[in-house]
Amino acid sequence: MMKNLISKRVQAIPPSGIRKFFDIASQMEDVISLGVGEPDFDTPWHIREEGIYSLEKGKTFYTSNAGLPELREEISKTTYRKYGLSYDPLSQVIVTVGGSEGIDLALRAILEPGDEVLIPEPCFVSYKPCTVLAGGTPVTIPLKEENNFKLTKEQLEEYITEKTKILFLAFPSNPTGAIMEKEELEAIAKVIIEKDIFVISDEIYAELTYGKKHTSIASIDGMKERTLIINGFSKAYAMTGWRLGYAMGPSELIKAMTIIHQYAIMCTPTASQYAAIEAIKNGDEDIEKMRTAYNQRRNLLVSRFRNMGLECFEPEGAFYLFPSIQKTNMTADEFCTELLKEQKVAVIPGTAFGDSGEGFIRCSYAYSMNDLKKALDKIEIFIKNRI
Amino acid sequence: MRKEILEVLEKNAKIETTDLATILNMDKENIDSEISKMEKEKIICGYHTLINWEKTNKDVVTALIEVRVTPQRGQGFDKIAERIYKFDEVKAVYLMSGGFDLTVIIEGKTMKEVALFVGQKLAPLESVLSTATHFVLKKYKDHGMILEETKKDERMIVSP
Repeated sequence: MMKNLISKRVQAIPPSGIRKFFDIASQMEDVISLGVGEPDFDTPWHIREEGIYSLEKGKTFYTSNAGLPELREEISKTTYRKYGLSYDPLSQVIVTVGGSEGIDLALRAILEPGDEVLIPEPCFVSYKPCTVLAGGTPVTIPLKEENNFKLTKEQLEEYITEKTKILFLAFPSNPTGAIMEKEELEAIAKVIIEKDIFVISDEIYAELTYGKKHTSIASIDGMKERTLIINGFSKAYAMTGWRLGYAMGPSELIKAMTIIHQYAIMCTPTASQYAAIEAIKNGDEDIEKMRTAYNQRRNLLVSRFRNMGLECFEPEGAFYLFPSIQKTNMTADEFCTELLKEQKVAVIPGTAFGDSGEGFIRCSYAYSMNDLKKALDKIEIFIKNRI
Repeated sequence: MRKEILEVLEKNAKIETTDLATILNMDKENIDSEISKMEKEKIICGYHTLINWEKTNKDVVTALIEVRVTPQRGQGFDKIAERIYKFDEVKAVYLMSGGFDLTVIIEGKTMKEVALFVGQKLAPLESVLSTATHFVLKKYKDHGMILEETKKDERMIVSP
């Protein structure tokens, strides 16, 4: 092996906290997992069928870099219909390899060395490493359970410096299930505008809210021109493996992102794009069915965890529960390791999503009712001896 | 409230009302009383189990029969439908639009038994003009359930 082959920049990135549990759990038999971050539903058949049909018709070539014009048109129409936001399909929308690529593109397009990126944690695992890879400096804002894991104006003000360029917002949140409502967004928008900060708003779980409808920060006055919305098909339509997302924002930024995208990726998979057109045109009912199922499971988990004596704020979006395990006097990592060894149930320590996740575990409810009940019974036995 | 309860029960009649109360975030007493009301109002008409008899020793033959009838003055199709659905062998009767009038679904032990029923009971009825019997060879999906489906979780055991 060549000396110093791997760059210091990459060497400095720690392995994902989830990796360890993957390694242990995949060596064990009969593990019940509440550890996945993707829907349990198959992609609805009419969507898969459209993907198959596109292959039969020979749609096997590159598409335009930013995505099929028809798909961008549908994305634009749906965004207007659902969130009242209008984006020009040709200059303000780009189709990406999942939401993840959009995040990477945006950071690379915006950041200069030394620029600071505010990352409220606990959050999805990629924001920090992608910021570092793009030459930026990640600055963590530890969200608090007492605020229901929402970002407050005061906390935001505390972490802003001269160098702050980007703020990440990711609501509904993976891993906490927290959402932010219009008034709460308005409160932080004031600060964002005043301090001239740009927002990358990861709204991949926008369709999965329970009781309250999702509001995008871009819909707050003065925010659209300083917000990039990241969204995609993975969570809403159960299409994780198709790897298809999109980003919407100011045309200048979309243009810059498209430059990186065209050299690094060329375009997203063509069959996925055709399937996505069907999803976005005719998939409303699928979303509704899945949302109903998630909501019922959410009710089950909240009620069971509270009965076990664990504190658990009520998540209003995504498909995760983030109960506190502080009563057990164990660290999140200890709790999850012991639970896996003793009861063969896999959940993810909150610390995998940032240091402020200490004392919490992430339980996904993207599982059948039967699996959830089995796992909950085992967690109950585990906890009984420890609180 | 009724819609939510019914949509769960339609897929899982076996669910306990305590569980129903938990997943719908409602009061158990309210659910119990609402269900019994709906039973009385014949909104809930029964609770059935979906069985794949193919996998058992019991022989069950299902046939779908297209029946053309003469409607009767003043009673339309209802009277003749009633004369048909009162037979135990008849599992379902639907009034249809199009080329024939009634779909009659019959279950029996053998094809012969079903054929005899059609020939001796159904066809001779006064208002029945004609019948066409189609035997079911294999059930792939019934009541929204794919019968032979085995589902394996293909997902990675943990993921972010």
